[in-house]
Amino acid sequence: MRRLDSLSAVYDRLQDRVVVTIMGAVAAELQSLGHRPNFFYLQHAMGLASSMGLGIALTRPEHQVIVFDGDGSVLMNLGGLTTLARYQPRNLVHVVFDNESLLSVGGFPTATATGSDLAAIASAAGVPRTATVRTIDAFTRAFDEALAARELTTIVAKVEAVGPSKFVTDLSLLENRFQFQRFLAAR
Amino acid sequence: MSPVSVTSSQIVYDALKGCGIRLMSALPETWLVHLIRLADEDPDMTLVRLAKEEEGVGISAGAHLAGVKSAMLMQNHGFLASINGIVSCAQLYRIPLLMLVSYRGEFGERDPWQTEGGGVTEDLLRALRIPFALLDHVDHVARRITKAQTLALSANKPVALLLTRDLMWEE
Repeated sequence: MRRLDSLSAVYDRLQDRVVVTIMGAVAAELQSLGHRPNFFYLQHAMGLASSMGLGIALTRPEHQVIVFDGDGSVLMNLGGLTTLARYQPRNLVHVVFDNESLLSVGGFPTATATGSDLAAIASAAGVPRTATVRTIDAFTRAFDEALAARELTTIVAKVEAVGPSKFVTDLSLLENRFQFQRFLAAR
Repeated sequence: MSPVSVTSSQIVYDALKGCGIRLMSALPETWLVHLIRLADEDPDMTLVRLAKEEEGVGISAGAHLAGVKSAMLMQNHGFLASINGIVSCAQLYRIPLLMLVSYRGEFGERDPWQTEGGGVTEDLLRALRIPFALLDHVDHVARRITKAQTLALSANKPVALLLTRDLMWEE
């Protein structure tokens, strides 16, 4: 399963939802499908995308928040999973694209390549719903079930370690930040 | 009874409420015990207890973009642990942060393990060009917190207030 195909499979569900992504391939690939003002790309600060999602989910319960995370980022903030689990926002869906590597910086293998199981870690941290998926159909089904469940869910999507040829897009970081803030202010 | 000042904690808390703070992230620390309790008991405050302080940068960034004012309660070692998040989230994206940092390791510190962090805290704040002020007397607490918040919001950048022993410790 390719991450781009997974994003493409659920892209229409993102239309009116608040989306926070990590840096690198995830941000570039989502933008390649079409940027929207309700998408925020955290282009650094690895590990904090899920914390940002939590901050939005707790303060704006009327919005459904989707975080597109990655194995390298989650591994830098494993404690954040316990914080997500502690507050269990019903309006947060946490997707972890697990390609078992730090792709953007040369493909170095992460600990998920040697057996660390992020869904099991999330579950043990107290996240009430978790799943590991390996096909587009399974991913789409798990994603739709998470949206409908209205319960904090972490979906670990096992994807191939392939990505776009470049990561810099023509959307400036601050343009994205202020546009996203205005989107939330208007809702 | 812990010598952490209930009176000063209440004054700091009231000042934060007066600034419109509706969410506080915190990692428990001796000097912050009453502030965290006040936030926990306040139905109008969302308290987020963290595993590590850097998470608070992300939570405050999310809250800010969502239109909610927040503050971060941490020890100066928590500030040290948060620096990457401060630089690569808050400063990179021009996010205001109101950081209340207990200033351990200064004159009067008895815990040997706290004595290194105190000596580098102000230098690091200056190196990061984070405006800061000391909170060392109840008389100026409310004014300084309000002004710090004003600057954080007008400049879209992190600011810090250092909670000193003179304010927080009654001994």
